[in-house]
Amino acid sequence: MATIAFTINNKATSVDVEPGTPLLWVVREHLKLTGTKFGCGSGLCGACTVHLNGKAVRSCQTQMSEAAGKRITTIEGLSPTSSHPLQKAWIAEQVPQCGYCQSGQIMQAAELLSKVKTPSREQIVAHMDGNICRCGTYPRIVRAIQRASQEG
Amino acid sequence: MNKHINKSTLDVSRRGFVKSAAGLTFSFALSGTLIGRASEAFAADGAKLNAWVTIGTDGTVTILCPSSEMGQGVLTSLPLILAEELDADWSKVKCEFAPGNPKVYGGEHKMFPGAQVTLASVSVPSYYMPLRRAGAQARKVLLDNVAEQWKVPVVELSTDKSFVIHKKTGKRMSYGDVVKFAKVPAELPKVADGDLKAPKDFKLIGRREIKRVDVPSKVNGTAKYGIDVQVPGMVYASVLQTPMDGAKAEIVNADEVKKIKGITHVIPLPFGVAVVGDSVEATRTARYALNVKWDTSAAKAAPFDSEKAKEEYAKKGQDPNTPTKEWYVVGDADKAIAGAAKTLEATFWSEHTYHAQMEPMNAVAQVSEDGQIDIWVGTQVQPLAAAVVANVLKTTPDKVKIHLQLLGGGFGRRIWPDAPVQAAVLASIVKKPVKLLLTREDDIAAARPRPMTHHVLKAGLDAKGNLVGWKHRIVAENVDAVAAPPRFAATGGKDIIGWRGMEQEYYTIPNIRAEGVREERGMRVHAWRGIGAGYIKFASESFVDEIAQARGVDPLAMRLELTKDHARANAVIKAVAEMAGWSRKRPGRALGIAFADYHDSFSAGVAEVSVDKATGKIKVHNYWLAVDPGLVIQPENATAQLESAIIYALSGALSEELTVKGGAVQQSNFSDYHVMRMSDVPEIHTKILVSTASPTGMGELGIPTVAPAIGNAVARLTGKRLRHLPMSSERVKKALA
Repeated sequence: MATIAFTINNKATSVDVEPGTPLLWVVREHLKLTGTKFGCGSGLCGACTVHLNGKAVRSCQTQMSEAAGKRITTIEGLSPTSSHPLQKAWIAEQVPQCGYCQSGQIMQAAELLSKVKTPSREQIVAHMDGNICRCGTYPRIVRAIQRASQEG
Repeated sequence: MNKHINKSTLDVSRRGFVKSAAGLTFSFALSGTLIGRASEAFAADGAKLNAWVTIGTDGTVTILCPSSEMGQGVLTSLPLILAEELDADWSKVKCEFAPGNPKVYGGEHKMFPGAQVTLASVSVPSYYMPLRRAGAQARKVLLDNVAEQWKVPVVELSTDKSFVIHKKTGKRMSYGDVVKFAKVPAELPKVADGDLKAPKDFKLIGRREIKRVDVPSKVNGTAKYGIDVQVPGMVYASVLQTPMDGAKAEIVNADEVKKIKGITHVIPLPFGVAVVGDSVEATRTARYALNVKWDTSAAKAAPFDSEKAKEEYAKKGQDPNTPTKEWYVVGDADKAIAGAAKTLEATFWSEHTYHAQMEPMNAVAQVSEDGQIDIWVGTQVQPLAAAVVANVLKTTPDKVKIHLQLLGGGFGRRIWPDAPVQAAVLASIVKKPVKLLLTREDDIAAARPRPMTHHVLKAGLDAKGNLVGWKHRIVAENVDAVAAPPRFAATGGKDIIGWRGMEQEYYTIPNIRAEGVREERGMRVHAWRGIGAGYIKFASESFVDEIAQARGVDPLAMRLELTKDHARANAVIKAVAEMAGWSRKRPGRALGIAFADYHDSFSAGVAEVSVDKATGKIKVHNYWLAVDPGLVIQPENATAQLESAIIYALSGALSEELTVKGGAVQQSNFSDYHVMRMSDVPEIHTKILVSTASPTGMGELGIPTVAPAIGNAVARLTGKRLRHLPMSSERVKKALA
């Protein structure tokens, strides 16, 4: 066990866990920020995507030792009022169905928009291809990212 | 470490477990036997107008949704139906889940009369009339009260957006104010169908701009699924799942696993090896550390190899002496084909597929000392979960309270309540609330797959080329036998789930015979989105194109001719041909068409494909789909459901495949079970034909045309017929070689 300190959604936090514990379980079960989801445990689906110092990472593949001292943002911290341009666009385009993968989709998309203001369709697809949506909301995700990049 | 366990709690022997679980069905057989509880969802400040709706003095209208929300939008569409007849202000409506209680919340679908189930696209058709009646009844109660208060005849009153209006005097009163004095009669007023609105007067139903109520919570992380539940004092569990029913675990390294920090129990059980501990990370570490040998000597599936078994399936497909069960018969197909001027025959295959719902199976269970069992879970059938848990724990369903959560995908996987049962067994053993969470690998190992199927189709043409005889034989394990044994027994062995689609009700063919041959291999086959129609329409609609080709007829013309007696079926085919520009040639690409009815809804699809001959990869560039599902409650969501089903079916048609060796599924995660990603999605174009027919279901309607439309397009492009799902690169390459 080790005490590991980090910042999550702009709040300084520390937890006592094994350093090899995946960030995902600390976020979900220790800190009860359950918006971040578990899908595969192997970095294959993207449901657990969060930002580590502004970069999208798979939290199931990120050990707590790597999170020490870093700035973590989860879906709950993306915008204090759920008004990030992507969140507004996701509602306008009625993207979610079961909704389970959408936190990861939005966090992945947020990284893209932070780097590229108005991404092309090809850039969107290349950036989002690691995130699975079993309900098949992909066409709406593309439209929502395009909308956010225009209205954001 | 197991010493403190009371012997009775461990009395879940394999035989007892399998027997009690198999003795139940998710269907109507359950209704009426379960004792339900009244909903606790209602605020005290207001009036409960009937079992479905309560209005608060602040004007909030709380409407209960009897179905589970798994992405199909019922948490919005069902309350919307009631709100329509109540004339409620939609902005003041709150949607909540009804408890599992089929006596009160059972639906009216002809397939599942009286059942409270979320499957087979039945929610809207099941509840369209009951919810309209409930809304009209609640409105009547309000009107009667106001008429008495204002001393005016009730016929002079009208309603709009949660207000009662007396036109003559211009008086208006909000529903919130009415319930401040309203008395709800002990015997609620009767509502006749004539009391209901004419569809042309609908104010809420059919409005594209009305959004889903669950969407805001699904973009900011606040939506709660089964996996998100935590209860005080709970411990965590993971279960290395048995690779097949009847396999017995021998744990090689139990002592080593028990030493993992945070682990309290390592328990072999009929459904697998459970590890229990104080954190999810500890139980996951322990689960992956387990080294288990499986004794499969008593497991029925142990000899099953999905590749090797094909030879036997094929023999049964051809042998005229194979015992069959009749599914759909018109005239005498055997005679017609025997006497035909020309006959055609073709065979098709489909592999097992896995639901791959994004939320791995999980449940939280608490077994209290007084015998009360609480289960927090996302399930498609609350009453089934309660009944099976009660059976396994040797109690009655009224002692089991299901706290229904959102489902992170269902697609049929969350019908069978294996996770709630396992969590409840573990909670009764460790005497603490247990949160069970499966790994993705265990979720696949415990797959309830769509069955592997083999199809033999025969057709007879007369001298003029008319189709005079049609025969379809399916060889497969039967889903009803596994998922609904009482119904399977009652129908004399017909697979209502697995054979759906073999009936050719909308093609005018004078002689038809559809029949099933039962395989018994011990696989845990279950319903998968689109059920039988998914693979059956692949076989039958591919065969229609082969017949058209043999006759030298255009496949579109052939289908228009076959559906000439059914206007709605004919109309969707015409519509999709127009959308796709059927006659327009595209260099290097081809179009393929398919038609499918599904539970009385109609669909026709066209795929535009190209094939990379070097890799065998099929690229679907465009998919057009025209549907007629009857009246549509929420058009925007209906469109979304069609897109969703098309993508689900594309994924299944092109890449999804579970292979089985020694009774065990060979795949383990998304690395070897490939589901569709964004880069493979075509342009999707949908059209809903306007209809005022009763609603007949939307959630799966986009599935059945996809695979045959692709196969038909590939055949027209390359001259090679693909006969095996999935149409993976390897299979296509082989077919083209």
